Amino acid sequence: MATTTVPSPRKKVNRIGLGPSDYKGGRSTLCAGCGHNSISERIIEACFEMGIEPYRVAKLSGIGCSSKSPAYFLGSSHGFNSVHGRMPAIATGTILANRNLIALGVSGDGDTASIGIGQFVHLMRRNLPMIYIIEDNGCYGLTKGQFSATADLGSKLKTGVINDLPPIDTCALAIMLGATYVGRSFSGDKRQLLALLKGALGHRGTVMLDVISPCVTFNDHEGSTKSYSYVQDHDAPLGEVSFVPFFEDITVDYDPGTTTEIRLHDGSHLLLKKLDVDYDPTNKMDALRLLTESHDKGEILTGLLYLDAERPNFIDMLNIVDVPLATLPESMVRPPRQALDEIMEELK
Amino acid sequence: MGTMDVSIGETKAPPREERVVNDLSIQIATVNGSGSQSANTVLLRSIFQMGIPVSGKSLFPSNIAGLPTWFTIRASRHGYIARRKEIDFLVAMNPETAAEDVMSLEAGASIVYDEKLNLGRLRDDVIYYPVPFDTLVVPICPNAKLRKLVRSMIYDGVLAKLLGIPMEEIRTALEKQFKNKPSAVDLNFKAAQIGYEYTEKNLPQRSRFYLDRIDLTRGKIIIDGNSAAALGAVFAGMTVCTWYPITPSSSLAEALTRYVKRFRIDAKSSKATFAIVQAEDELAAIGMAIGAGWAGARSMTATSGPGISLMSEFAGLGYYTEVPVVIFDIQRVGPSTGLPTRTAQGDILKNAFLSHGDTKHLMLIPSSVEECFTMAIEAFDLAEEFQTPVFVMSDLDLGMNNWMSDPFPYPDKPLNRGKVLTSKDLERLGGFERYRDVDGDGIGYRTLPGTRHPKAAYFARGSGHNEKAAYSERPEDYVNNMDRLNRKFETARQRVPAPVFQEADSSEIGVVAYGTTHWAIVESIDQLKEEYDLWISYCRVRAFPFSQQVFDFIRRHQRIYVVEQNRDAQMFRLLRMEVSTEDVRKLRSIRHYKGIPIDARTVTDEIVAQESPK
Ligand SMILES: Cc1ncc(C[n+]2csc(CCOP(=O)(O)OP(=O)(O)O)c2C)c(N)n1
Ligand code: SF4
Ligand SMILES: [Mg+2]
Repeated sequence: MATTTVPSPRKKVNRIGLGPSDYKGGRSTLCAGCGHNSISERIIEACFEMGIEPYRVAKLSGIGCSSKSPAYFLGSSHGFNSVHGRMPAIATGTILANRNLIALGVSGDGDTASIGIGQFVHLMRRNLPMIYIIEDNGCYGLTKGQFSATADLGSKLKTGVINDLPPIDTCALAIMLGATYVGRSFSGDKRQLLALLKGALGHRGTVMLDVISPCVTFNDHEGSTKSYSYVQDHDAPLGEVSFVPFFEDITVDYDPGTTTEIRLHDGSHLLLKKLDVDYDPTNKMDALRLLTESHDKGEILTGLLYLDAERPNFIDMLNIVDVPLATLPESMVRPPRQALDEIMEELK
Repeated sequence: MGTMDVSIGETKAPPREERVVNDLSIQIATVNGSGSQSANTVLLRSIFQMGIPVSGKSLFPSNIAGLPTWFTIRASRHGYIARRKEIDFLVAMNPETAAEDVMSLEAGASIVYDEKLNLGRLRDDVIYYPVPFDTLVVPICPNAKLRKLVRSMIYDGVLAKLLGIPMEEIRTALEKQFKNKPSAVDLNFKAAQIGYEYTEKNLPQRSRFYLDRIDLTRGKIIIDGNSAAALGAVFAGMTVCTWYPITPSSSLAEALTRYVKRFRIDAKSSKATFAIVQAEDELAAIGMAIGAGWAGARSMTATSGPGISLMSEFAGLGYYTEVPVVIFDIQRVGPSTGLPTRTAQGDILKNAFLSHGDTKHLMLIPSSVEECFTMAIEAFDLAEEFQTPVFVMSDLDLGMNNWMSDPFPYPDKPLNRGKVLTSKDLERLGGFERYRDVDGDGIGYRTLPGTRHPKAAYFARGSGHNEKAAYSERPEDYVNNMDRLNRKFETARQRVPAPVFQEADSSEIGVVAYGTTHWAIVESIDQLKEEYDLWISYCRVRAFPFSQQVFDFIRRHQRIYVVEQNRDAQMFRLLRMEVSTEDVRKLRSIRHYKGIPIDARTVTDEIVAQESPK
């Protein structure tokens, strides 16, 4: 009898030969069931599926439960857990120093919409090439559940306290100020979030994703508008987002009549399958109007809200050399002796 | 030494009756925005061109137009360039302050003034030179709008005649001032000439002061400290500068922007080898600079006291994540609308320990424009060598005023990029631990984001980490890290710029000073020697942490005067924290905190008073 060798099950690898475990990070120390953990999982999947080289990613965050999460994905990427509300500055500096990095920022709703709102709005204006994710639970998780500035009017804390101030819509702000890829999703919507993240990795401008991410410990009860059950009941998807990376052929299983195809900078394609509205994500006014309307209806509008693949990003605007400033050799950064002599002569 | 009855600030210099050559001070009192600035610069340059050491200081208000401004010029054949207390020539152009300006002069001073101010009857122990500026300006400048600007040039001509400045020097200085505008040169020269001719005909010279060509400025340059620091940054290979406008530091970032556009555009690609970003505030400015430093850029920011306050949290993060970054602090007085355009050395204590928890920082303290240049370069090297924020402690007087200097030396050492591991190094080593003290100097090895190696990455965060940069709250890990940071600081003690000494042979008395106070000290030492036969040794501190030599100096002397420009004796206190217990009692304090640069006479009087038996 001929012996047969049993083939070992083929390891699942991506196009650069890495497996999903190569994108894992440390073990999460967040609460079990925290929405932030699901977002970390989607980030891992998106980077794996896109074949992102981990060494090219810089993970950046402020302070909060959400801002801790970069330690729990992409363990072989550099990370910087900075100070509360200031991740945009750290990200800006990082990208100025090394334009080849993929900056992946994670923030919270407190970190962004309260203490960090100043840096947030200026980041959006600059259209810095980076991905900015708000893990939005409507409260301060790490400091035990106080309201944040994205908490909805009338929503209730566990302690019974009712929020009497209107929320800041970070997506509307981002769109108004100049971010070029703006979306909203829900940590529990695996499919949509993954597609949005993959699209984000192909975009070269500011990506701003507000991801509703329930805090199971402080903000997942009745009366909270950022709880699992509330979001599941009130999610109004704009359309179905599908994403085809630049290295795959565009499949044709979308009904052409109801699909919009958008080409991103790196040649990838975003396919938007329309549901009930005839939605064009490149129209700023439509995006803002729809956001307001659904907000008034108590709905949470999700999907890719706005996209501008044309606007130059901050690094292009600064006309920086193509190689990272960080590693320029001395000969390129220290002018020769004769340059100093020339200036000294002028000052005599 | 005999007893003296001096009260500080009121002593007069010994009376002099003879003809005084190349030793005088001029104060020009004008209104902000009146175009006096170029007239003042031209006057300063003309004296410089005559070979006479000269310095100029602008005392200006925090507004754009309409408030009083004073500009003082000091010419000194001895090379003294500190502010001088006594004014020999006053140019009174500001109606609002004229009377007060005149009354504050010493007997024998001269006053050039706008005739219509009618100052002639205020007192009779001074010399008056009334000039009808408005009448003189009309025929040479038919354009009424320009008149206001050109009018100031008339006093340059008056002073040229009275003091003996050749008119061709005024012309040369004007050509330098208005490089590509020959019509402006002509118009302004005409105004100066009118002043000269008017004086020749109507105002005989009656004062004792003259300027005469000598040869003490050959080869020297004139530059402000902020431009010098900016040049230093350019030659230090600065790659990222993020800043937020604030007087008196804005001109540093603006000069930097001009220089890099000229010298740091890559010829092949026509692209920039730098990024300069005006941030939304100082929180962002320092955050960006730290992000850039972490990612491997030579990054910097420039600010002043209020900005430093906002940077405090990030300064601590920079210290604990061990990120190189250079912070230029051009010190000034007070918060918000304190005296924002006045000088001080007021951030010494604050910056030494900026942030919360246990933090301490490296500070370099330049005294001259040349040191603004050399220390800027050293700061970038030290920041990367020690992987930590480095503060360069300039001040408004140094940063915004024009100073004479020898030309700056081209850096003689290559850039020191510190302990950075590349992917090749990692290949060889098989990995690394970010916060491990491999070499015993307290400085770990770092990798830059983007290093292509699976073991290159580490996670930067505050103080809660072990040697592998993994999160840890274990007491042993925390203590281990804190103690290593201390070792690093101790290593820096002997690497930062050493103090500079000027020692008298056998002296019991020592002076410790730093920064711009230096210029008053060197002059005061001469005054004390000549007028009081007091011999003083001097230690100019140039950095924090203090080098051992500073402590040795204190040990060698019986009484140490720490002289500085703040109310709370900040350096004095910092020294008290650090010197040995038996040396603490030697320390005495002299402070000058008027918002104007310190002068030698104040120091001399104070030392004499403290040295006199009570
Ligand atoms: C300057 C400063 N102020 C306050 C805090 C305390 N603090 C830590 S996390 C946090 C709120 C975090 O909320 P969010 O960004 O929504 O993150 P979450 O924990 O909800 O994910 C606050 C106020 C801090 N760390 N620093
Ligand atoms: S407290 Fe809330 S936000 Fe923080 S980890 Fe727990 S569930 Fe998540
Ligand atoms: Mg939150």
